[in-house]
Amino acid sequence: MNSFLEVFRQYKWDDVKNSIYAKTSQDVERALSKDKRDLEDFKALISPAAAPYLEQMAQLSHQLTQKRFGKTIQMYIPLYLSNECQNICTYCGFSQDNKLRRITLTDSQINREVEIIKKMGYDHVLLVTGEANKTVGVDYFENALDLIRPHFSHISMEVQPLDQNDYERLIDKGLNTVLVYQETYHEEDYKLHHPKGKKSNFKYRIETPDRLGRAGIHKIGIGNLIGLEDWRTDCFFTALHLNYLEKKYWQTKYSISFPRLRPFSGGLEPKVEMIDRELVQLICAYRIFNEEVELSLSTREREIFRDNVIKLGITTISAGSKTNPGGYAAAKESLEQFEISDERSPQQIAEMIRKQGYEAVWKDWDAVLA
Amino acid sequence: MLKIGDKEFKSRLFTGTGKFSNNNLMRKSLEASESELVTVALKRVDIKSDDDDMLKVLSHERINLLPNTSGVRNAKEAIFAAQLAREALETNFVKLEIHPDPKYLLPDPIETLKATEELAKDGFIVMPYIHADPVLCKRLENAGSSAVMPLGSPIGSNKGLKTIDFLEIIIEQSNLPVVVDAGIGAPSDAAKAMELGADAVLVNTAIAVSPNPVEMAIAFKMAVEAGRMAYEAKLAASKNFAEASSPLTSFLD
Repeated sequence: MNSFLEVFRQYKWDDVKNSIYAKTSQDVERALSKDKRDLEDFKALISPAAAPYLEQMAQLSHQLTQKRFGKTIQMYIPLYLSNECQNICTYCGFSQDNKLRRITLTDSQINREVEIIKKMGYDHVLLVTGEANKTVGVDYFENALDLIRPHFSHISMEVQPLDQNDYERLIDKGLNTVLVYQETYHEEDYKLHHPKGKKSNFKYRIETPDRLGRAGIHKIGIGNLIGLEDWRTDCFFTALHLNYLEKKYWQTKYSISFPRLRPFSGGLEPKVEMIDRELVQLICAYRIFNEEVELSLSTREREIFRDNVIKLGITTISAGSKTNPGGYAAAKESLEQFEISDERSPQQIAEMIRKQGYEAVWKDWDAVLA
Repeated sequence: MLKIGDKEFKSRLFTGTGKFSNNNLMRKSLEASESELVTVALKRVDIKSDDDDMLKVLSHERINLLPNTSGVRNAKEAIFAAQLAREALETNFVKLEIHPDPKYLLPDPIETLKATEELAKDGFIVMPYIHADPVLCKRLENAGSSAVMPLGSPIGSNKGLKTIDFLEIIIEQSNLPVVVDAGIGAPSDAAKAMELGADAVLVNTAIAVSPNPVEMAIAFKMAVEAGRMAYEAKLAASKNFAEASSPLTSFLD
């Protein structure tokens, strides 16, 4: 297999969807009683048939997460470098057709953001941009990494997909992790949601984790945007992708995120709504399916939800996030990518974590290691 | 008394610092365990700061630090990490962990052997974390290792001594202290390893994620002591054949 696309082409969306919805309580019970679960078990765990087993799934997910990750929660924060974007994405505030002020941070603005984030106690940072290759391309990222690297132990990026040699350049500059979400694995819907810009190339996007794996990145984060299509089917493809990547690029670590569509400037209503119980089911299903994968939750989710899923399988969360470039240093004046739901400070979140009997971990990597 | 490098240890229970819910509970558990060698991940501490929370907690006259290289993927990175740890933590002890596999954290034997050779030449007390491979243990002995740390089962799995047949061979053949590391999930596993003749065990997850880590640390301390005592007192031999009270061949006498 040269890339995940070859695996992906062996599956048909409707067949997968039908197979998930045909799962029975016996399938769920079998999945829960096994020591190791396969993709058919994962289908059972995300199926409607698993809904009555939610508490059992939560207990198992809690146990498995504690065994592998202990009583700890990793802390990270996004740093939005730019909201320039040449893509049209129907669900995103950065979309090119959204006529709002565009900002790309200068060196001094980046330094100011870094200074404030460091004061919050963070040591892991996630750099985020839209897709504007001419102004915010690899040269810009290299310069940003030179500025940011000395201040953080672990640097992640969530930017446009790049070529393998570009990733190699950035890894040399100290990049540790890249997050790249497929948004949806439904190829026709993907085209509808991304009608213009480089992002409309489904093949280039779905093969991005392969390019990252070949470049030797330390960690890859994958996921799909929940709300664009049937979440159960989309999440099956995310799990299929994870399975493929773990076997092929076995030296790379993986994390999964499950962002739900949030309000933003110019907004799209979710096509498919996922209720809280279903998101809990999904978190537990991922954990029971894969005991080692990191599961990440952003400030998109509400306070009460975040407080309660700490014990259910999540290993990584953000806090105090601003989703507009320069947002930490300046008052809210530039375009946000999406509205955040949990506005508590990092220290308030750390205290909430502590009260639940967990430790908020600010540093769990070192620049020396990669 | 167990001797590794230039240090002597009364306690044969080595412990770790990962996965605890807070540093205070970690400190209490380490105190209860009476452990004298405590492994700490370089990636978790801020060695540039004199004020690192975890290092402050570990500052105790009984506790010797065993920095580990968790997170490195090859010998080159491990050597660099060990050198940094030596400088920052002022110890030449290093637990060599090279696991390019981030899923099960299984150690790379080839890179581990290479790094051991280099680090031993550079004056380190090298304690490599390895699979329970008897031949590798002999190769590490020749390479200048100061102890070997074979796994009982995958790290953090709490599955116990799945590699027991190979641990027995390692213990039988080794001229170095053998520390059974990884997978020990219950005090009975630790006792079993000590009864086999292991020189020490390293336990982290089973203590850290217990609902009562302090009590569990005490249970492990007692189990290690009991296991060692049983080993020294010599276990009665188990027999494969019954000794009949009315022998079938007595008519020949």
